[in-house]
Amino acid sequence: MNKLIQNEMLKLLARKRLLIITAIVAILVAMFTYAQYKETQSQRERLGTMEWQSLLQQQIIDSQNRLGSSRISDEWRQQLQVSIKQSQYYLDNNINPSEPGAPTFVRMFIENSSDLFIPLLIMIIASDLVSSEHSLGSIKLLLTRPVQRWKILLSKYVVLLLSTSLIVLVTAALAYVISGAVFGYHGWTAPVITGFTVEGSNLNTSGVKLMDQWEFLLMEMGLVWFVAVVVGTLSFMLSVLIRSTAAGMGVMLAALISGMILSNMVSSWASAKYFFMVNLKLTSYLSGAAPPIEGMTLFSSVSVLFVWLVAALVVSFTVFSRQDVY
Amino acid sequence: MGPNGAGKTTTIRMLVGLIKPTSGSMVVCGYNVRTHFTKAMEKIGCIVENPELYPYLTGKENLLHFARMLPNIPETRITEVVAMVGLEARIDEKVKTYSLGMRQRLGIAQAMLNHPKVLILDEPTNGLDPAGIREMRQFIRELAEQEGLSVLVSSHLLGEIQLLCDRVAIIKNGEIIQVDSVKNLLSSQEKMLWKVDPMERGKAVLTQLTDVSESTDGYLVTAFEEKEIPKWNVKLINEGISVLEMNRKLPALEDLFLEVTGVGGSSIE
Repeated sequence: MNKLIQNEMLKLLARKRLLIITAIVAILVAMFTYAQYKETQSQRERLGTMEWQSLLQQQIIDSQNRLGSSRISDEWRQQLQVSIKQSQYYLDNNINPSEPGAPTFVRMFIENSSDLFIPLLIMIIASDLVSSEHSLGSIKLLLTRPVQRWKILLSKYVVLLLSTSLIVLVTAALAYVISGAVFGYHGWTAPVITGFTVEGSNLNTSGVKLMDQWEFLLMEMGLVWFVAVVVGTLSFMLSVLIRSTAAGMGVMLAALISGMILSNMVSSWASAKYFFMVNLKLTSYLSGAAPPIEGMTLFSSVSVLFVWLVAALVVSFTVFSRQDVY
Repeated sequence: MGPNGAGKTTTIRMLVGLIKPTSGSMVVCGYNVRTHFTKAMEKIGCIVENPELYPYLTGKENLLHFARMLPNIPETRITEVVAMVGLEARIDEKVKTYSLGMRQRLGIAQAMLNHPKVLILDEPTNGLDPAGIREMRQFIRELAEQEGLSVLVSSHLLGEIQLLCDRVAIIKNGEIIQVDSVKNLLSSQEKMLWKVDPMERGKAVLTQLTDVSESTDGYLVTAFEEKEIPKWNVKLINEGISVLEMNRKLPALEDLFLEVTGVGGSSIE
């Protein structure tokens, strides 16, 4: 088995996929760092102060002004209300929600990349693990060796898990290193509040907990890793089912993007919460943003994703070990 | 051998476990391919259609890759198979830089890694130039003789099969029509060509004795029956017909093939 995994890893490295992904992450992180830097600068100029209390206060006022507009949708209004209450809570407890520094940047970056960016990176690897063997024709050599088919697929899946972990770690590490050069490398122990529960437009603060930023970051990365594994497994399944890499990628991309769109408009369609793609933003349960559909919790989302994961694995392994190869 | 669509590649695919037979079973060296897949595959080395190796790896890396999928292949075996196919000079270059002939060789090297008892080659000369085909043919024969393995080759190139194989099975629509050595298959179809004068009378005489057909270039064609030929000859002479020419002719495998598969016309022009 180890030898099979070694084979798959060799093929992945020979095609320089991981390098390309690292380069993409580095470029994007650099861009976001610059954008973030610009924004703080312009805020500072506008308000003439560096005190985070005044900045946060100003944000709350901005949001309230937006709430006053009659043209915003109900969902957006609810989310705004929740985030205003949250900011207020931070302000009341004298905790800076965005303590400047690399760890905060990493937290924000990971939080926002969990439902699209990181899944996309994983897709680059997952979607052609199996289908590329079909398009090269090498599948015929691979499957006529004295090795059971399920072992071959398992070795590929293990490589997928390894590279998923690697990508999540590399993303965090790059975000830390690059943004730290601008914002400084301090802030691991800055306090972060978690445990908000959202009920409609109300924010329940009875269960809140204060934790160090590094703890919070670790939890977030765990969730992001899980989401990445689920999305990777689904693309992996498509790679088994659809022999063309491009078609498989297209299907997965459509699903991910429809998830982004659906999340903003399904609040009244309750059964949509069983789609995997509206459950991908697990990190928002930690930071306490309103879920796309009322009643969704961290537990329900993780369970839904887990069911999809298992189903995808069952389908992949059954189909792969039985299919006729031409 | 068989015409396109006869079931050659399908048979090979079932033999190596790539597709499931709708009924029946495949047994390799005593192991059923479906129930004892790994045991059966340990006895087989194969190339199905083209040898599609990984173009982004070097020849050596490809061999190492496939060696890792086999039990207990020492590093020295890789050097051995590389020498066997004569690829030493290019083995550390990427496969995408290889010519088709070199890829075929590398494919065979890969198939030989596990000391197979049976080597299965599907259309091994597909896409090779005449020199390449000849080289491949000599190479396969050498392998069969030196390594003592059975080689199963599928092809629709009859000249190839005639020069390469000891035994031939002709298949059509998924069924085996004939199996025999090339020599026996051909001699069963051996013909006698007669040039006689006057032709019309000669034909009339021979028709009384056996089946006669007329070839386009003015020969009478009968079957070759060793015992009967002299008698027919005497008969012709007694009838006052001059026999100008008597010719034994082995058909080309192609003619035989066309005849048994019913694709072409008469076996000898």
